[in-house]
Amino acid sequence: MRKPLTLRVLSALDSKSWLALGIFLALALILVPVLNLAVPEDSAFHMSAYAITLIGKIMCYALVAVAMDLIWGYGGILSLGHGLFFALGGYAFGMYLMRQAGSDAGALPAFMIFLDWKALPWFWLGSDSFVWVILLVVVVPALVAFVFGYFAFRSRIKGVYFSIITQALTYAAMLLFFRNETGFGGNNGFTDFRLVLEHSITSPQTRLVLFGLTAIMLAATLVFSRWLVTSKFGRVLTAIRDSESRMMFIGYNPLWYKLFIWVVSAVLCGIAGALYVPQVGIINPSEMSPANSIEIAIWVAVGGRATLIGPVIGAFVVNLAKSWFTVSFPEYWLFFLGLLFIVVTLMLPQGLVGLWKKLMLKKGAAA
Amino acid sequence: MNAPNTTAEALLDGRPEGSDGADQMGHLVTGELDLSHGVALYLDDITVSFDGFRALNKLNLTIDAGELRCIIGPNGAGKTTMMDVITGKTRPDSGSAFFGQTMDLTRLTEPEIAHAGIGRKFQKPTIFENHSVFENLELAMKTDKRVWKSLLAWLAADERDRIAETLRLIRLDKEADRPAGLLSHGQKQWLEIGMLLMQEPKLLLLDEPVAGMTDDETMRTAELFVSLAGKHSLVVVEHDMAFIEKLGGMVTVLHEGSVLAEGNLATVQNDPRVIEVYLGR
Repeated sequence: MRKPLTLRVLSALDSKSWLALGIFLALALILVPVLNLAVPEDSAFHMSAYAITLIGKIMCYALVAVAMDLIWGYGGILSLGHGLFFALGGYAFGMYLMRQAGSDAGALPAFMIFLDWKALPWFWLGSDSFVWVILLVVVVPALVAFVFGYFAFRSRIKGVYFSIITQALTYAAMLLFFRNETGFGGNNGFTDFRLVLEHSITSPQTRLVLFGLTAIMLAATLVFSRWLVTSKFGRVLTAIRDSESRMMFIGYNPLWYKLFIWVVSAVLCGIAGALYVPQVGIINPSEMSPANSIEIAIWVAVGGRATLIGPVIGAFVVNLAKSWFTVSFPEYWLFFLGLLFIVVTLMLPQGLVGLWKKLMLKKGAAA
Repeated sequence: MNAPNTTAEALLDGRPEGSDGADQMGHLVTGELDLSHGVALYLDDITVSFDGFRALNKLNLTIDAGELRCIIGPNGAGKTTMMDVITGKTRPDSGSAFFGQTMDLTRLTEPEIAHAGIGRKFQKPTIFENHSVFENLELAMKTDKRVWKSLLAWLAADERDRIAETLRLIRLDKEADRPAGLLSHGQKQWLEIGMLLMQEPKLLLLDEPVAGMTDDETMRTAELFVSLAGKHSLVVVEHDMAFIEKLGGMVTVLHEGSVLAEGNLATVQNDPRVIEVYLGR
C-alpha cells in the first residue's frame, strides 16, 4: 500500500519538530500582534514597530538561508549569487508597490517621470495587477535560474568555478540595475511605497500581516524542505553531492536533479525578496552586491550545513549581531563577520547545530 | 579527449534523460537488448589514444550471453580503459562497440548505458558512505530514475523484498540500517556488488572485485559469481589466480592494448608469449 503524499509530508517531521513549529507560529501570529497592538507603548512588554520590522526582515533572510542550505548543504553546490534571486523577487514585487504609489491608476512611477519617460516599458505591463506580480516573483527567478543552471550544470561546472561564476552573475546584474536606462530606478531603486492592496504600507495592521505571512512562509518552507530532503529525491541529491560519477553509472542524470533543486532554491529566494521589500520599504541594486551573497553563505555555515534549522539559527544570530554591531561599533562589523567565518570554518565545521549535537552527546555519555 | 562532454551534447540534441536508448536521432539504437545471436558484447578493432599513447590498440573481444570471462594482464595493458569504453566514459578513436545485436555503445551516454543493462563495479569501492546500507541498495535499484519519479517514490512491498533478498545474498542483512561508511573493506566490496545486482544488469563489469578481501571472503565471492553466470554475463578483471581458477571460465590476456591470448586458465598459463609478458617485464 502506497502512502498518500499528504501523509508523507506530515511524517517528514517528528512530533517534537511539529510542536516547535506550532509554538513558533503561535508566537508570530498571536503573541507578537498582542504585544504590539494591545500592550501600551510605555510598558516594558510592548513590541515596537522597529522590532517587528527587524525580526520580519531576519525571517526573510532565514528563508533565503534555508534555500541556500538546500543547494549548498544537500546539493553540495556553493552559490555565491543567491542575492540575485532575492533581489529579482524583491524588484518584481517592488514594481507593484511603485504602481500603487503613483497618484492615480495610470500614472508612471516617479522615477520614470523624472527621466521624462512618456510610457511604461514593456516589462512593466501588468505590474499594477497583484496576481501578475506574484506570478513574476516566482517565474522570473525560476527562469533566470533555469537558463543559467542548465548551461552551467550541462557543462559540468563545479566547485569553486561555479561559485565564482555565480558571483560574477550577480555582479553583472547589479551593474545592469544601476543604469537608469534599465528601467528599475537606477541606483536609487524603488522606495517611497504607499499602498499594498489598497492598504497603507506603514499602518501597524499591514506590518503585522506581512510579518505573519513571512512567518507562515518560513514554516511552510521548513516543512517542504524537510519533506524534500527525506524523500528519495533527497537521498539521490546527497548521493550526487558525495559521488556524482558513481550516480551516473547507476543511471541517474545529475543535471536534472541539480537543476531542480537550484530552481527551487532560487524561487524560495525570490519569495523571500518579495516579502522583504514591503517590510523594509526599499529595494536597490546593492542587494545584488557580491558581499551580500557571500553573507548568505556565512549564515548557513554558522548555523550548520545540511540541517535546515541551522541556517535559520545562523541567519538570526548573525543578523542580530549585525544590528547591534552596526549601531555600537559600526566600523568593526566586517572584521567581526570575517572573524566569525574563520572561527566557524576552522573550529565548528558543523556550525552551531553541530556544536549543540556534540554537547548533547557528551551530556548523554556523562549521564 | 572531450569524452566527458558527451552527456551534455546528447542533451543539447534534445534527447530526453533516461530515454531507454530511444532512437530520436536516427542512431542505431533500440530499446530492447537483442541477444538473439547469443552474444552480449562485441568490441571490434577498438583503438583509444591518450596524447599519442595507445591505451587500446585494435582490441577485439566477444562476450557470450551468460558467459563468465576473466581478463588478466600486466599494469597498463588497457583493462580499465576497456571498461571505460564499454560504459561510455571514454570514446574510442576508432572501432565499434555493441551491446547485444543493436546497441551502439559509442553513441550512448553513461546513464543510458547503465540503463540499458551494463553495470560496473569499480576497483576502489565507491559506495555512499553517508547513506545506510539499505539506502545504498535502494538508490541502485532498477527503476525510473527521473526527478519526478524520485520526488514521489515510495518503496512498494515487492521492492522491499528485493532489497531484503539482495541483503541476504551479500550477507549484510544485519547491517541494513548502519551507515555504509562503517562497513569493513570486504563488506564494502560486497555492498558494491549488491548495488550492481540491484540494477539487474545483463552484463556485469567487475574491476578487481576481491581486492582487500580475506581468503574466505574471496572464495564466497567466487561462489556468488559462478551462481550469477548464466543469468548474467560477467567480465571480471583480477590478478588473484586462485580466484580465477575457482571461477573456471575463459581467460583473456591483454597486453599493450590488445588481446595476447585467450583460452582456459591452464592453456593461457602455459602460453610462452604470456609467460614472456609476465616475466620479461
